Amino acid sequence: MGGHPVIRLIAQRIALGILLLFAASLLIFLGTEILPGDVASSILGQAATPQALENLRNELGLNEPAYIRYFQWLGGVLTGDLGTALSNRMDIATSLWPRLKNTLFLATCAAIVAVPLAIILGLVAARYKNGLVDRTISGLALSATSLPEFFIGYVLMYFFAVYLGWLPSVSTVHEGMAFGDRLRAIALPATALTLVVLAHMMRMTRAAILNVMQSAYIETAELKGLSGSEIIRRHALPNAIAPIVNVVVLNLAYLVVGVVVIEVIFVYPGMGQYLVDHVARRDVPVVQAVGLIFAAVYIGLNLIADVISILANPRLRHRR
Amino acid sequence: MAFLRRVPFGAAIGLVITVTMVLAAILAPWVAPYPGSQVLGGVWEPASSQYLLGTDNLGRDLLSRLIYGGRTTIFIASMATALAFILGSVLGFTAAVFGGWVDQVMSRLVDLLMSIPTLIFALVILSVLPSTIPILILVMGILDSTRVYRLSRAVAVDINVMDFVEAAKLRGEGRGWIIFREILPNALSPLVAELGLRFIFAVLFLSALSFLGLGVQPPHADWGGMVRENREGIVFGIAAALIPAGAIAALAISVNLVADWVLRRTTDLKGGRGDA
Amino acid sequence: MSKELEFLSRLAAAGRLDRRAFLGRAAALGIGATFANSLLASAVRAQGPQKGGDLRMGLTGGESTNSLDPATWLTQVPQNFGSTWGELLVLQSPEDGSPQPMLAESWEASDDAAEWRFKIRKGVTFHNGKELTAEDAAQTIRRHSDENTESAALGVLRGIDDISVDGDHVVFKLSSPNADLPLLLTDYHLVIQPNGGYDDPAAGIGTGPYKVEVNEPGVRHVSTKYDGYWNDDIGHVGSVEVIVMNDATARTSALQSGQVHIINRVEPRTVALLERVPGVVIESVPSKGHYVFIMHCNTAPFDNADLRMALKLAIDREQMVNQILMGHASVGNDFPISPSYALYPEGIEQRVYDPDQARHYFERSGHDGPILLRTSEVAFPGAVDAAQLYQQQAAAAGIQIQVQREPGDGYWTEVWNAQPFCASYWGGRPTQDSMYSTAYISGADWNDTRFFDEGFDKLILEARGELDEARRAELYREAALKVRDDGGLVLPMFNDFLDARREEVQGWVQDPNHETSNLRAATRVWLDQG
Repeated sequence: MGGHPVIRLIAQRIALGILLLFAASLLIFLGTEILPGDVASSILGQAATPQALENLRNELGLNEPAYIRYFQWLGGVLTGDLGTALSNRMDIATSLWPRLKNTLFLATCAAIVAVPLAIILGLVAARYKNGLVDRTISGLALSATSLPEFFIGYVLMYFFAVYLGWLPSVSTVHEGMAFGDRLRAIALPATALTLVVLAHMMRMTRAAILNVMQSAYIETAELKGLSGSEIIRRHALPNAIAPIVNVVVLNLAYLVVGVVVIEVIFVYPGMGQYLVDHVARRDVPVVQAVGLIFAAVYIGLNLIADVISILANPRLRHRR
Repeated sequence: MAFLRRVPFGAAIGLVITVTMVLAAILAPWVAPYPGSQVLGGVWEPASSQYLLGTDNLGRDLLSRLIYGGRTTIFIASMATALAFILGSVLGFTAAVFGGWVDQVMSRLVDLLMSIPTLIFALVILSVLPSTIPILILVMGILDSTRVYRLSRAVAVDINVMDFVEAAKLRGEGRGWIIFREILPNALSPLVAELGLRFIFAVLFLSALSFLGLGVQPPHADWGGMVRENREGIVFGIAAALIPAGAIAALAISVNLVADWVLRRTTDLKGGRGDA
Repeated sequence: MSKELEFLSRLAAAGRLDRRAFLGRAAALGIGATFANSLLASAVRAQGPQKGGDLRMGLTGGESTNSLDPATWLTQVPQNFGSTWGELLVLQSPEDGSPQPMLAESWEASDDAAEWRFKIRKGVTFHNGKELTAEDAAQTIRRHSDENTESAALGVLRGIDDISVDGDHVVFKLSSPNADLPLLLTDYHLVIQPNGGYDDPAAGIGTGPYKVEVNEPGVRHVSTKYDGYWNDDIGHVGSVEVIVMNDATARTSALQSGQVHIINRVEPRTVALLERVPGVVIESVPSKGHYVFIMHCNTAPFDNADLRMALKLAIDREQMVNQILMGHASVGNDFPISPSYALYPEGIEQRVYDPDQARHYFERSGHDGPILLRTSEVAFPGAVDAAQLYQQQAAAAGIQIQVQREPGDGYWTEVWNAQPFCASYWGGRPTQDSMYSTAYISGADWNDTRFFDEGFDKLILEARGELDEARRAELYREAALKVRDDGGLVLPMFNDFLDARREEVQGWVQDPNHETSNLRAATRVWLDQG
């Protein structure tokens, strides 16, 4: 049967993923419907008159039934039109695209540093388990993770921007910025994010490796006279991939979806802030669009994790 | 005492700090020098003999508030973590063992839950349910259990195809046996490692919820909430912002030290290779 | 003033003596830092503004939902940016609150103050090259006062019956006399646009000193000097960049590290710490804005006058000012008018914290059990803390307040003006009349204390058409007393506007009408490039 079942499995996952996306969009829509308040009063805020509210509500078509608005929007998305933001009448796709690029850029930079670093640190910690190196690595990573994000952000900002003056505290990036400037601008938020996600991945790597190290075949490898590092590299790591990949994916998704706080602190024009602003304004089409993109990121990454887990497990690969 | 002597140094420190914090939280009314919510002095006063750790953003004694805050923080976070683990791991193992459409349905449902940004989730829940502590624990536990589910399922799928599980299946053991007697012991290591971290995330999540309006109601506070209330002081090195953060970090490290130790003890019990 | 000091200040202004050295020399002459600073400021102003430079402002209150349509402006970023490219007919004076000509050159009222004629300035051009006409002005006001409008200025303009153009004059006919019409036109939404903005409200075309260059809502906005600008007195810097910074620490850090020149909304708790940072100057101005706790006068238990009085007596206003705003506020007296308003009612006795009296009134009200107070981070800065402080203060009078923190999201729709007792905030209004008409007369758009008092309504109506100042002041005094004693308003404090700037930013005008120098800091200041 060879690779066929694997391919079928993967195809199945992708189909399911698309189905899930629809389900997610519906759930997000229902969620935004339950939310108290409506877009009209949120746009006008405390300074709205009842008359102005009614006028705006009519104009925005909020007096139409919810399901009609939902299907209108869904139809638009399928034809590549994300619609117009209710709150400022701007085309959603146009304003969303640069922000999505920014978010992905920041997430990628943070991931390029954080993932290898976390896995290497985890392997080192596992190699010298319970020793001083292990303790130090674990302790530092844990304290970084246990601090609220804004705390880490502020401390970095204070040291590198205010006290030392090496890096800008404001990470505003815009079109036409040179790549080097861009990297400099996001140095601080990327560092903060790295610190936030590091410990989780590192701890899981260490634990998964140690778990595998108890297996009989590791003992065999040891008896063969392989060194500790070699055993980890050649025998333990490939077999510990599944849990590591799962945690890595969770954190990658977090880098895309959960970075609102860091974006606000460093004034970075990403998706998180965009979503929060529009949730606060009850701007349903935008919340839907962003929610859908986030859902797609999550589902896509999980898909990848599942596929890697399948491919990495020899027994699953050659199911008896 | 004999028991304590067998505990390795790191774990002992972890244990002492954790136990001290838990005890202080339980005995708060007797240990705290002042009531937790009484306004006593000026804002952000430095440490003095009167206020051992200084005062907070409203002129309340920081030490007393920290002690009372420990109550809510430790209680809610540990309950939520426990719930997340029981729910997440049992469902995850079940999915792995049953496989097929059971696995598919459960996994996709969890994917669905996870794919929706937590912010929208929290806002919706917050607008529908009253903000009481049991509900808080429930919400945090359920949201977190999706993360535990994914991990435990991934681990269990690997174990499920191991020879000893196959052997058990051939012996005709029931699924309950396989989940609890074959998979659970062998999945403990990554799960316990996750447990320690999930606990910290629960502490942080709680503070985020407090900020959104769900979460602990004033004048009570949790540690994360205290850091948040005093956050403008962080860059100016104000103790009221730094000390609660330090407390969370200390708790996080201690709990994880203890978790590591428990992990090692269980692997010992299992007859695995010890530390030697 | 000593000759030596005058000489020194001129020296410093010319940049031949640095500020620190100047302050040191002044101190040696026995002059306090505050006075020396103001001396320096006036000497610098006398030196005359410098032209050019790129001004960067880091402001809170910007969202990706912002639009350039003035009708939708609500928060600080669009307001401040809007005043760089758009202009009003009338501007309120920073000194005495009187109306000053802007795009309207002059105006006159009929004897009964029911018809007003505004003469529109000639030789002013929009950024698209079109000349400003009276028709543009009339259309703008029409767009904002039209019953189909979404403009937040609609409430202000409701008394206007008819708008017509007569040559270079715009003529307003009012449904009832209003002596304050010029001041109503100072509302920041009423930016004059070509054809009133009917064609493209969010085009960002105005008559201001700067024209819109970059508009990235929620991120940054840039405008550059418009060459055809008519007024030489303002618009000194070469370009203005407004960067959205909704996080207080991000703003202070950016100011400290020199990435921005001006920030708004300095956290009161950090003012003392920030003041010590070299190169940073705090600008603190008493404002008309106030932080309040509001009760619905028609909802149990707050329909009981004794209970309302008990709650008013159970708040320690001094402590509120000191612990919540660190002294950067002035004590309130339970009516919504601060001394910055024209015709401020002098001599009304200050209500003070009196737990015993409060207990007495509370017992007389017959109410039993806790009172639920809703609050939120967004109600006003420090509102959650203030509610807890109130809780402590009231406890001393035997009144149990139960504080409930509500989600910031949805607070203005679900809690404020809906729940019977909550924390809230009011910004200032140009006149006493507009404050009372907005929130206290029976038919007000937001009668958020549910205050229904016919006698009070009559007072306000009479005062509106009264051209005799003394009589008017008398009427406003009576109105204030009514709100203070019978109303549902607990007003602990009027907050100060707390902005901060770098030292090189000069020509800052202290203006109580709105924050960041009446939203016009960008057009008023210049950058010392020395």
